[in-house]
Amino acid sequence: MREIIFRRKPSFRTGRDDDQQSNVPDDMWRKCGGCGDLIYARELERAHHVCPRCSYHFRLSARQRIELLADADSYEPWDESLTTNDPLNFTTGNERYIERARAIAARSDNDANEALSSGRIEIDGRPLVVAATDFSFMGASMGSAYGEKLARACRRAAERGLPVLTISSSGGARMQEGLFSLMQMAKTTAAFDLLRAARLPHFSLLVDPCYGGVTASYAATADIVIAEPGARIGFAGPRVIEQVTRQKLPEGFQTAEFLLDHGLIDQVVPRAEVRATLATLIDLFVPQSLNAQQAAARLVGAGVSSGG
Amino acid sequence: MAAEQQARTTWDRVTIARHPQRPRALDFVNAIFEDFVELHGDRQYRDDRAIIGGPARLGDQSVMILGNQKGRNTRENLDRNFGMARPEGYRKAMRLMRMGAQFRFPLITFVDTPGADPGPRSEEHGQAFAIAECIQTLTTYPAPIVSIVIGEGGSGGALAIGVADRILMLENAIYSVASPEASASILWKDAGQAPAAAEAMRISAPDLMELGLIDRLIPEPQPAHDDAPEAFARTATELRQALATLLDIATAGGETALLRERQERYLAIGSWLDASPNGNN
Ligand SMILES: [Zn+2]
Repeated sequence: MREIIFRRKPSFRTGRDDDQQSNVPDDMWRKCGGCGDLIYARELERAHHVCPRCSYHFRLSARQRIELLADADSYEPWDESLTTNDPLNFTTGNERYIERARAIAARSDNDANEALSSGRIEIDGRPLVVAATDFSFMGASMGSAYGEKLARACRRAAERGLPVLTISSSGGARMQEGLFSLMQMAKTTAAFDLLRAARLPHFSLLVDPCYGGVTASYAATADIVIAEPGARIGFAGPRVIEQVTRQKLPEGFQTAEFLLDHGLIDQVVPRAEVRATLATLIDLFVPQSLNAQQAAARLVGAGVSSGG
Repeated sequence: MAAEQQARTTWDRVTIARHPQRPRALDFVNAIFEDFVELHGDRQYRDDRAIIGGPARLGDQSVMILGNQKGRNTRENLDRNFGMARPEGYRKAMRLMRMGAQFRFPLITFVDTPGADPGPRSEEHGQAFAIAECIQTLTTYPAPIVSIVIGEGGSGGALAIGVADRILMLENAIYSVASPEASASILWKDAGQAPAAAEAMRISAPDLMELGLIDRLIPEPQPAHDDAPEAFARTATELRQALATLLDIATAGGETALLRERQERYLAIGSWLDASPNGNN
C-alpha cells in the first residue's frame, strides 16, 4: 500500500498540462496504492489526492491536510519553534535520537518540523483550531513536542472559544522518549478536558494508518469521531495481532468501515466531503462562530429578511 | 540501600518484576485493606478476570480499588489472560471508577500488566476506545487517586488505570511504553537486544524517579517474592502517607484544588525544545 513517485513520465501514457497554477512538475506521475493505476499528479491534486478510478485515499502531509480544508491563506501555524528534545539521551547503534529527529525536520521534502502541526484555520469563514499529524515524521509517533503542541492548541482553543479538529494518523508512541511518550496519552487527554470544560467540541478525523497511543487517547475520546474510507485504525497493529494468533487477519479488518460496523466511530467520510461535514458540525455545535454574513444568509434562507 | 539499587541491572529488575511468585494485585489488596468486596463485570458484555476491583476500607476510609491481575501458574494465567485486559475489562474498570466518583472514594490502583490484550476480538470491541475512555475518566476523577506499580507497567494497558495524583513504584517494578522485547525488535531490529533496550528506555523505578515520572520508590530490601510481608508493609505505609497528603489538599481546597493539581501535573509532563521562549503566539 505504499505510494511510488515517478519522476519521469512513463512513455505509454500522456497527459496534457492545463493547470498553470500548480507547482507540481510536469513529469510527475504517481502510482495508486489501491488499484496500481498511474495517475497524473496534477489530476490527483485536483481530486483531493483520491484515486479517480478506485477511490484510494493517498497519504498526505500535515500541511496538505490542513490546506485541503482551510480557506485560502487562512492557516496560521502555531508553535513551530517547538521541537523534539531527547530526555533519555537515547541512542540506538550509532544513531542519536535527537540527531535523527533534526535530520528528518531538515529534509527538503518535509514541510513539518515535528510530527504534529497545529494552528488556526477557517472553513468558509468559520474559525477553528486544527492539529494534524505527519506520518512521514517518524511515523507521526507521539512524543513530548507533539503532546505539548497539542496541549497548547487546546488551551488556546478554550481561551478563544474555538472548536478543535484533530487529524490523526500515527504509528503510536515515540519509543525513543520512553515513559515520557506514554504519559502524553494522559497529557493530551487532560488538555482536551480544558476544551470540555469550556463546552467546545472536539472533532476527530482518523486517517490511514492510526494505531497505538494516539488512537487510545485523545483521538478516540472526541465528541465526534469520523474516518476516511479504508483507513486502518486500531490499538494493536496487524502484525502484532497475527504474531499472537498465528492466523491471517480477514480482509477489511480494522478498516474505517469495519469500525463503523462495530459501533466504534460515527461516520466514514470521503475526503472530498470532510470540509462540508465539518462546516455543518461546527454550525451545530458552535453556532456563535457564524459570522455576520453567514448568519444573514441563514436568515434569508429561512425566509426572514435581515435587511433594515 | 542506594548501593543495593546500583547493584542491579535493569534487566535483573525486569526478571524480578516478572517473577512467577511475585505478589499479585489481590495479594496486596488482601494484605493492606479490610472488607474488600470484589465486583464483577462491565454490565455490557462479560467479566474480564484480568482486571479486579471493588470497594474496600483503609482504616476509616472507604476506597475504590482497581488492579491488573496476573496468575501464578499456567492455569491461573490462562484464566487471567496473563494480566492482559480486554475492552470489557477496561469497561469494568470504568464502571467502578464512576461508582467511586459517585461516592467520592479515593481510588487506589495496582498496576501489573505486560500490556492490553492484542487479540482480534479486543480490536473488534474497541480496545483503543476503552483505554482512551478510562484515561479520560481518571483525568477528571473527583477524589484522590494513588497508583502503585507493583510488577510490570506495560504501555497503554497499564496507563488505563495508572493516571493518578501520586504514582508509587516498587523498587523492582518496571514501567515502560513498550516491552523491552518489542522495543528491541522495533528499534534495534533484534528482540535479543531486550536487556540493552530495557537499559536505554530507563524503565526501572530508580531511573523513573530520577526522570521525575514517579513520586515514590518503595524499597524492596529483598525481592517481593522472597519477602512479601515486607513489601506489603512498606507499600501500606507509603500509600497511607500519599493518601493523607491528597486528602489534606481536598479538604483545604476542595475537589477543584485536587483536579487542578492533577491537570497541571499532567499538562507539565514532557521534555521539548522551544526556540522562542515566549512561544510564537
Ligand atoms: Zn486507484
